[in-house]
Amino acid sequence: MPDPLHLAVALDGTGWHPASWRSPNARPADLFRPGYWTDLVREAEAGTLDFVTIEDALGLQTDRPDGPDERTDHVRGRLDAILIASRVAPLTSHIGLVPTATVTHTEPFHISKAIATLDYVSRGRAGWRVQVSGRAHEAGHFGRRTLPVLSPGSLDSVAATKAVEDLFEEATDYVEVVRRLWDSWEDDAEIRDAATGRFIDRDKLHYISFDGKYFSVKGPSITPRPPQGQPLVTALAHAPIPYAFAAGSADLAYVTPGDADQARQIVAQIPIPHVFADLVVFLADTEQEARDAKDRLDILDRTVYKSDAAIFTGTPVQLADLLQDWQTAGLTGFRLRPARLPDDLIAITQGLVPELRRRAAFRSSYEASTLRGLLGLPRPANRYEGARVA
Amino acid sequence: MACSVYLARPTATRELALPKQVHLAAHFPGVNNTTVWSDPRAGSHIEFDSFVKLAQTAERAKFDFFFLAEGLRLREQGVQIYDLDVVGRPDTFTVLAALAAVTTHLGLAGTINSTFNEPYEVARQFASLDHLSDGRAAWNVVTSWDAFTGENFRRGGFLAEGDRYTRATQFLATAAELFDSWPADAVVADKTSGVFLRDGSVGGFQHTDQHFDIAGRFNVPRSPQGRPVILQAGDSDGGREFAAATADAIFSRHGTLVEGQKFYEDVKRRLPAYGRTRDSLKVLPAATFILGDTDADAQEKAAVVRRQQVSGATAIKLLEQLWNRDLSGYDPDGPLPEIDPDVSDSHIAKGRASVRMHRDPIATANEWRARAEAEKLSIRDLIVEVTNRQTFIGAPATVATEINDLVQQDAADGFILVPHVTPDGLDEFADTVVPLLQERGVFRTEYSGPTLRDHLGLEVPA
Repeated sequence: MPDPLHLAVALDGTGWHPASWRSPNARPADLFRPGYWTDLVREAEAGTLDFVTIEDALGLQTDRPDGPDERTDHVRGRLDAILIASRVAPLTSHIGLVPTATVTHTEPFHISKAIATLDYVSRGRAGWRVQVSGRAHEAGHFGRRTLPVLSPGSLDSVAATKAVEDLFEEATDYVEVVRRLWDSWEDDAEIRDAATGRFIDRDKLHYISFDGKYFSVKGPSITPRPPQGQPLVTALAHAPIPYAFAAGSADLAYVTPGDADQARQIVAQIPIPHVFADLVVFLADTEQEARDAKDRLDILDRTVYKSDAAIFTGTPVQLADLLQDWQTAGLTGFRLRPARLPDDLIAITQGLVPELRRRAAFRSSYEASTLRGLLGLPRPANRYEGARVA
Repeated sequence: MACSVYLARPTATRELALPKQVHLAAHFPGVNNTTVWSDPRAGSHIEFDSFVKLAQTAERAKFDFFFLAEGLRLREQGVQIYDLDVVGRPDTFTVLAALAAVTTHLGLAGTINSTFNEPYEVARQFASLDHLSDGRAAWNVVTSWDAFTGENFRRGGFLAEGDRYTRATQFLATAAELFDSWPADAVVADKTSGVFLRDGSVGGFQHTDQHFDIAGRFNVPRSPQGRPVILQAGDSDGGREFAAATADAIFSRHGTLVEGQKFYEDVKRRLPAYGRTRDSLKVLPAATFILGDTDADAQEKAAVVRRQQVSGATAIKLLEQLWNRDLSGYDPDGPLPEIDPDVSDSHIAKGRASVRMHRDPIATANEWRARAEAEKLSIRDLIVEVTNRQTFIGAPATVATEINDLVQQDAADGFILVPHVTPDGLDEFADTVVPLLQERGVFRTEYSGPTLRDHLGLEVPA
């Protein structure tokens, strides 16, 4: 019997194809309404998926590498992903909720308590997709630093490489601060001791006293340690610098191999519990129908859709074959990016999932109530346990 | 008195219509000694169920909104984390967004600091919350200037005290530009024609002032309320002016008749200068309540609660905040210290707004000593008296009358109620006082619309 696979779905707008909002079943007018997101996450939960991720950014979507565009024919605008996840949390019960949040222009103190609180409102189902922003126009929304404008021709320049290294160095410090803040309260710090009048045992609260090149943060958090101890930290990585970042800072990495051999090479560079491959999926009852679906959207968009991840067009059975083939490369799971919402999500939950279950390769019901539990990760010990406040 | 009520009404039509309507909000119990965590009924201040319970009680009672305060560093006293009150709280935005899923009409208000945030991020969080709640978001804008809290943030924290309203004003003005950067009809989403956006430059902004120099494209479409409802809590002249210029409601601390009327008139008279009507800014003092079967019963309960709020250890700590000295050697059941307060700049208590309210500590200490001697009060007795924050004490009918009288006599437009027990502390008020206000025709029996602006009678900004 094969090892069970883990499956996540990446939610972004009406799907990952830029013309997906024009598909017959798309709901572009509902994108900014809460029910839209609740419906999608509940569908994913009905398929017993491990978790959903929710895309986000600190700037408007754009098709240009060097700044905003003025297109009127693609989806523009989005809601804050952490708040979408928390809005959905009380209406779901088992599925993990992994919003994207950018580290480059934000405060680790705020993100730490936001993800911790998502863990409270979801009773242990929170994760975080750490995102670095190298986009100059997003820096302009904050006005606190300038980043070099990267154009396709300058990506390999010395200056660009240095900028990327700095951004990931900062991200590494950021995740360290967030993780320390999550541990800055021991689990039993709240004592409510009526006899002495003490609400907390302050020896079980810890200053994190982080002092780095990019920021210093004193702590402790204002929010007690979340239910999972450490909510799941995840990162998308395409190249050696982000691979190293994911290996050092994340519990789970998303990678974008083109085939099983590439997957094998990448997995070897990221020695952490989970490495998932990202795939954009167009699913249909026949391979031809799936291809036609993509072609129709490409024609509407007058561009052949390309992605950083491999694009799969075919049937759920064919996709199950591919996932099991790639799994042999050491991948523990997949993050599927539905090209069209809700169509390809429903094809995952009602086509792919039953097929994988027939092969005993995917769960038939939720076996744990926390996201770490679904991924087979223990609740970690607190790094400060036993340490005493100086 | 009835006469003055009608004189205070600006238009004839109001006299013929309903009496002035009361607005009510529920403040989740906070991290100060008002909250009695030692009560056997007291639940978690962190678990989501507690927030759901209080919010659903408030919504059942048709309250205008639910309110969450914020503090971005744990309080310290004598270089140690303060441990006698509730410690710890969740993230404001995250809790409010989750509450939007389990309520349908209740406004969702939170304090968000303008010092330790940037306008682009806060604007998209509030616009998102407003979308995700179908138009129920409200923002209590506060500005810190202490370096103590700044130690938790990459930008540091220090802001000259005189700069705080400049920062807040510019932050709010910048956020308003972002909220307004998408026209309400910007999203077309017409599948047939392939037009998603009416205008490809939507969301554009450029803002330069002393605090912010930003430009680009905002990425959240205009939300149901246009902008979140703006609350403001400042009490100084600068704070009142800021509120008159920008706020939809003021979270005031003047809940008594005379003080309330003075404050009410003072802020309302500032409105015409900004082209605003008297009704466009609601004055909502913070208030506590203790209910009983009879007024005497409520008074007895109130006395018990006051002593629960001020234990011997708490009394010493509160005394230290005025004396600015370590007084741990003093007996709370004994007399006040003879030594005078330390008036040096460094302060024993950190992360606490009330500390700054003691403008002349030596004079206050002399007053307290004189009172303690005259009334034969111990340290704890004295602190119970001087920190008494109880507003409404009585049988439900008494409290309903007091609330309505204060509103009809223009000492307030309503109240932000802080229960002293989490999360059930509002139940009795909802079950007994609210029906009386409804019977008197001064409080809604059904929500008249879906948004918080509807509840507060505020217009959607152009």
